[in-house]
Amino acid sequence: MSIESPEHLRRRGLASDLGRLKRMIEIREVEETIQSLYSAGEIRGSTHLYSGQEAVAVGLASVAPLGDTVACTYRGHGMALALGMEPTAVIGEVCGRSTGCVGGIGGSMHLCDPSIGLLPTFAIVGAQIPVAVGVALASAYRAADSVAWAVLGDGATNIGAFHESLNMASVMGLPVVFVIENNLYGEYSPLRWTTPLDDLFRRGEAYDMRAAAVDGQDVHAVAEALAEARSHAAAGRGPSLIEAKTYRYSGHSRSDLGLYRSADEVQTWVSRDPIGILAERIWPEGHSSRLSEMVEQVRSEVRAATEHALRPMPPIDKVEMLRHITG
Amino acid sequence: MESDECVIVLGEDVGAAGGAFKVTEGLQERFGVRRVIDTPISETAILGGAMGAAIAGLRPVAEMMFVEFAGVALDQLVTEAATVRYLSRGQLNVPMVLRTAVGGGQGFGAQHSQVLDHWFTSSPGLKVAMPADPNSAYHITRLAIWDDDPVVVLEHKGLYGDRGEVDLEEPPWAIGEAVTMRVGQDVTIVAAGAMVSVALAAAETNPGWSADVIDLRWLRPWDVDQVLASVAKTGVLVTVEEAGPSAGWGGDVSLTVCQTLWSRMKFPPLRVTTPDAPVPHAQELERRFLPNAEYVVQQVSSLLETGSVPLPWWEYR
Repeated sequence: MSIESPEHLRRRGLASDLGRLKRMIEIREVEETIQSLYSAGEIRGSTHLYSGQEAVAVGLASVAPLGDTVACTYRGHGMALALGMEPTAVIGEVCGRSTGCVGGIGGSMHLCDPSIGLLPTFAIVGAQIPVAVGVALASAYRAADSVAWAVLGDGATNIGAFHESLNMASVMGLPVVFVIENNLYGEYSPLRWTTPLDDLFRRGEAYDMRAAAVDGQDVHAVAEALAEARSHAAAGRGPSLIEAKTYRYSGHSRSDLGLYRSADEVQTWVSRDPIGILAERIWPEGHSSRLSEMVEQVRSEVRAATEHALRPMPPIDKVEMLRHITG
Repeated sequence: MESDECVIVLGEDVGAAGGAFKVTEGLQERFGVRRVIDTPISETAILGGAMGAAIAGLRPVAEMMFVEFAGVALDQLVTEAATVRYLSRGQLNVPMVLRTAVGGGQGFGAQHSQVLDHWFTSSPGLKVAMPADPNSAYHITRLAIWDDDPVVVLEHKGLYGDRGEVDLEEPPWAIGEAVTMRVGQDVTIVAAGAMVSVALAAAETNPGWSADVIDLRWLRPWDVDQVLASVAKTGVLVTVEEAGPSAGWGGDVSLTVCQTLWSRMKFPPLRVTTPDAPVPHAQELERRFLPNAEYVVQQVSSLLETGSVPLPWWEYR
C-alpha cells in the first residue's frame, strides 16, 4: 500500500469534528499571520482574506472526496488549507517564496495543487464557474463518479459566466455543485446595491436547478447540504446551487478596511463565529478553555510553518519565469 | 475522432445542423450526441467548458461560429486557459482547440468579417494557426487537436468553398512551421490564411519581379528561420495581412527581420494590409478594402521601382 501524502492525510483529518475545528482555527491563524506579514512588508500584490467564512471551505472539503475538482476564487487560502494544502505552502506562496505551493510564481490569488483537486485559483470574478462545468462534462463523459465544485462569491452571480454556466450545466445535467459564498459584499458594495435579491439561491429557479440556502457559519449545516448536493450530482441527477450565508471579517482586499460596515453588523456576525459555534457543539460545557488550548496549539504550529515558509532559501531560479508556458 | 475517444466537439449548432459553415457536417451522425455537442449560445460556457474538460483529460474542439463571438469569452482563453500550465508549474495542461471562422469578402459587414488574430497572438500560452488551403486545414487541425496546449485555428470563411487534394500520407507537420509555396529572387512575400492565394496570384502575374511566397501557417509561434533565410536571399520583405496595420503580425515579422538583417535589406519592409477601419458591407467597397492580387502587384512593384513604401491603394481616389 502506498504511503499517503501529508496533504491527503490532512484531507482525511476532516472526518472528525475535532479535525474540522482545528482546520478552521488553522485557516483563521494563517489569515491573521498573512495580515501581519503584509503589514510587515513581506507580501507583494494583493491578498483576499477568508476569516469568518471558514465553515464553508471546511464543510466542502470534508464531503468532497479526493478525485473531485474544485474551481475556486482568488479568496482561496481557506479552501486550499481545507482541501489539504500545508500552511507552509500557502504562506510561502503568498510571500512569493520558493517554499510556496507553486514556488512563488503564482502568489496569493493563484494557489494550486492538483493532487488535492485544487485548480489554480481564479483571479477573475466568475471565470472558474464554466471551467467547473467543463470538468463535470468530462466526468459525465467518462461516467466517472467524481464531481466538480464551482466556488464563487455573491458578486459573481451578476456576471454572465455564472448564468451561462448554470444554464449549460442544467440543460446537460452535469455533475457540478455551485457553491455561493454569500458574504454580503461584492468588493466594497453591499449586496442590495447591486443585486435585486437577498437570497441568491433563488437564481437557481431560472435554470430549473435544485437550489437551497444554508447557514454558512455552521460547518455541519454546510457539510450536510453539500453532501446532499454531491450525492445528487454523482447519481447523475444534475447540478445544484447552494448558497452559504456567511461573512467576511476583513475588507475585500488588503487595501480595504471595510469601513462601510457598521460595528453592530460586524459584531452580530462575530457573535456567530463558525469556530465558536462548532466548539460549543463539541464541548457543551466549558468550551472556551478547551478552545483556547486548541488555538494556542494551532498558533504555534502556524508559527512554525511560517518560519519554515520564510526560512532562508536559495533565490528562485530566474529561468522559472520562462518555464511551463507551453509544452 | 476515430482514433481517440477523448476528442469531442462542442459549439453552437455544430451537431444536428453540422455547423453554420458545415465544417462539422455528419460528425454527430457518425460519433453521436455525446461527442458532438450542441451547446446553448453561451460562448463563455463553451470556451470555459472546453478548458475544464481539457484539464480533466479530454481533447475538446470548440467552435466559435464567427471569431467576433470569441470576444464575449476571451477571458476564458487568454487569461484562464493560456495560464493554467504556467500557474500549475506544468502539472496541468489544456489540450483544447478553438476553431473559428474569420475574414471578409462575403458581405457579412463590420461585425462578422474581421480576422482578429492579434486578439490571440499576444497571449503567451496560446498557439495560433491560419490554414490557407484544404491540405493545410487538415494537417493543422490534426496538429492542433493532438497538441497539449490551447490552439486557436482561424479558418477563413472565403476558403470554406475551396476544393483541393488532401495528402493523408504526408508525415506530420510541425507546429510553427511555415512553407515556401513559390521560389523567386527579388522579394520575399509572407502571407497567411486567405492572403496566401492572393500573394501567389500576385507573384504569378509575371509582374517583372519574382518572389519567394511563404505561407506562414502559424502566427504563434511563427517560423522566424524560414522568413529570415528568404529575406537574407532577396533583401526585400513584404507581408500581406487581412487586417488593419495596428498590432498585426506583419509588424512583428517586419521588426524581427529588420533587427536581424538590417544591413542586408535593400528597402524598408512593406506591409500590405487593409485600411485601419471597420469592414464595409457593399461589394464595391469591400473589394477595395481587402488586399487582392492587383493591389499587391502594384504595391510591390512600386516599392521595387522607387525604393520607398508606396501609399496604399485606398488613399488614391
